[in-house]
Amino acid sequence: MTTAVPALKVEHVAIHFGGLVALSDLNFTVDEGEIVSLIGPNGAGKTTAFNIVTGFLAPTHGSVSYRGTPLDGLKPHQIADIGLVRTFQRTSVFPNDTIYDNLLIGLHRQSRVHLPEALLGLPRARLTERKVRERAHELAEWVGLGRRIHDLAGSLSYGEQRLVGVALALAAGPSMLLLDEPVSGMNASETHTFVELIRNIRSRGVTILLVEHDMPMVMSVSDRIVVLNYGRIIAEGPPDTIRNDPAVIEAYLGKAAVHA
Amino acid sequence: MKLIATLVSIAALASVPLWLRDPYLMNALITTGIFIIGAMSLNLLLGFTGQLSLGHVAFFGIGAYTSALTSLGFDIGVFGDFHIVHEPWPPIAGFFLAIVVAGLCGYLVGRLSFRVRGAYFVIVTISFAEVVRLVALNWIELTQGPLALNNIRSIAIPLPGLSELVIRTKLHNYYLVLTVAVIAYVLIARLVRSHFGRAMRGLMENETLAVSVGIDVTRTLTLAAVISAAIAGAAGSLYAHYIRIIDPDIFAFINTVTMVIMVISGGKGSLAGPIVGGLIFGLMPVFLRPIMAPEAQWIAYGGVLIVILFLLPRGIVPSFSRLLSKQRGQAPAPDGMAFAKNDAKEPA
Repeated sequence: MTTAVPALKVEHVAIHFGGLVALSDLNFTVDEGEIVSLIGPNGAGKTTAFNIVTGFLAPTHGSVSYRGTPLDGLKPHQIADIGLVRTFQRTSVFPNDTIYDNLLIGLHRQSRVHLPEALLGLPRARLTERKVRERAHELAEWVGLGRRIHDLAGSLSYGEQRLVGVALALAAGPSMLLLDEPVSGMNASETHTFVELIRNIRSRGVTILLVEHDMPMVMSVSDRIVVLNYGRIIAEGPPDTIRNDPAVIEAYLGKAAVHA
Repeated sequence: MKLIATLVSIAALASVPLWLRDPYLMNALITTGIFIIGAMSLNLLLGFTGQLSLGHVAFFGIGAYTSALTSLGFDIGVFGDFHIVHEPWPPIAGFFLAIVVAGLCGYLVGRLSFRVRGAYFVIVTISFAEVVRLVALNWIELTQGPLALNNIRSIAIPLPGLSELVIRTKLHNYYLVLTVAVIAYVLIARLVRSHFGRAMRGLMENETLAVSVGIDVTRTLTLAAVISAAIAGAAGSLYAHYIRIIDPDIFAFINTVTMVIMVISGGKGSLAGPIVGGLIFGLMPVFLRPIMAPEAQWIAYGGVLIVILFLLPRGIVPSFSRLLSKQRGQAPAPDGMAFAKNDAKEPA
């Protein structure tokens, strides 16, 4: 193992909703360039963990840091500025806009110019616009939706919307991407293409944290897997170790098997 | 194509005084034009960020009072003998001050209410307008209260080398209003087609997703409120120097409603919407007056609004542009504002 500082560090994170403990003492790290999956049965706290890391929820205890910067108290848009960008399970696109306009909105961080420049149409604003529009085309091509770029995002199939969601997140220029159940609702061949896309993203130097239910997909793509159950980590390690871990098998199958 | 349409529209509007001599109609066109500027500024908030300002007339009225008081001067007492005295300044300075002061009020209202948004913004804006109205009514030393500020001087535009052009006649005022309207239109168009506008649209459609890609909600909405309020302030200033008398009735709720009707009927979120809606509802009383009693006019006014919203629920401009693009066999532009199709068509 390398001795480098991990990219993402989650330390002693706990969150309570009233009396319900959604997460208790969560500790894990993600190294630069790694693909890590967060798995667990429904209600285990995976999406909650995502929401805390990306600033949509504030933890009751504990802290999260990225590349040494503590993220405590930062708003989601500030965390995106630091380089952590996520996708969503359900609302992954701006449905009433074309794919192109979706990506242009996603390219917000790259298209910033000063207000007077935009209002007066100064050369720098025009140049930035041109670059951003080119980049939107590139991104659409890259996720394989280049030919449908002027279609409304809301008119796409579920799987295609997922791709737009990922392209949107990539448009924000992340150094770490958090994907929340990206292949749910995709068929086998779409999932296969998506795995290639994830590897492709990683090879460009983007660290990836994944929440996913599709086990074959998780096993094939992950460097490391963190398993959550009832708000705590029950196992952690490379796919082969996790596959044979008795605690994991029990969490997924145990009770059903016992009651059967 | 769109640029040509814009230029033709401007040329047509600019030619009106050449063939229209009726002073009554000219007057209606000027006041309608001023309200259209107000409606365009309201559309920036309502159409492009989805936030309804039901106190928009506050910014309009603040602009009017700021401009009037700057050019009239005032002398108010604070703490016993201490007086704040302002000597009259040229009205053109009042015009620019109106923009600044109204923009500042937009900033305050935005900061206050955009933490919570939606219904809260509506309530804060209504209350703000009412508070400002009461201040204007009761701070008699400054505003003359119900006695009104009168004899407001006309705007004079300094001409380099020559003396100055006093905007006194209806012809002058018409061109002044048209010029300010065109500038406001271009600024709003540039804004909504820039990344600021896309950020607004993103927030309106899916706020969670928008902030996840780095869009700052409070900053974006406050910016929209500031620019919207500043433009409304400019319209108010034009109003004060054209009508030349203003009283607290300028803050009446009906004035906000008039702007909202112009925006909704023309099509919110479309740049031309408030202009089309404004021309219809601004000029309708002029054409109804010879044929109807005043009471019947109001009924007709309401009836036309209902018919428009019933037949064209998205507003006139978006509905027709949708129809046009369907005939040409293109995908309909969402809400009449596709960034994609505006690539090469920056307004002049």
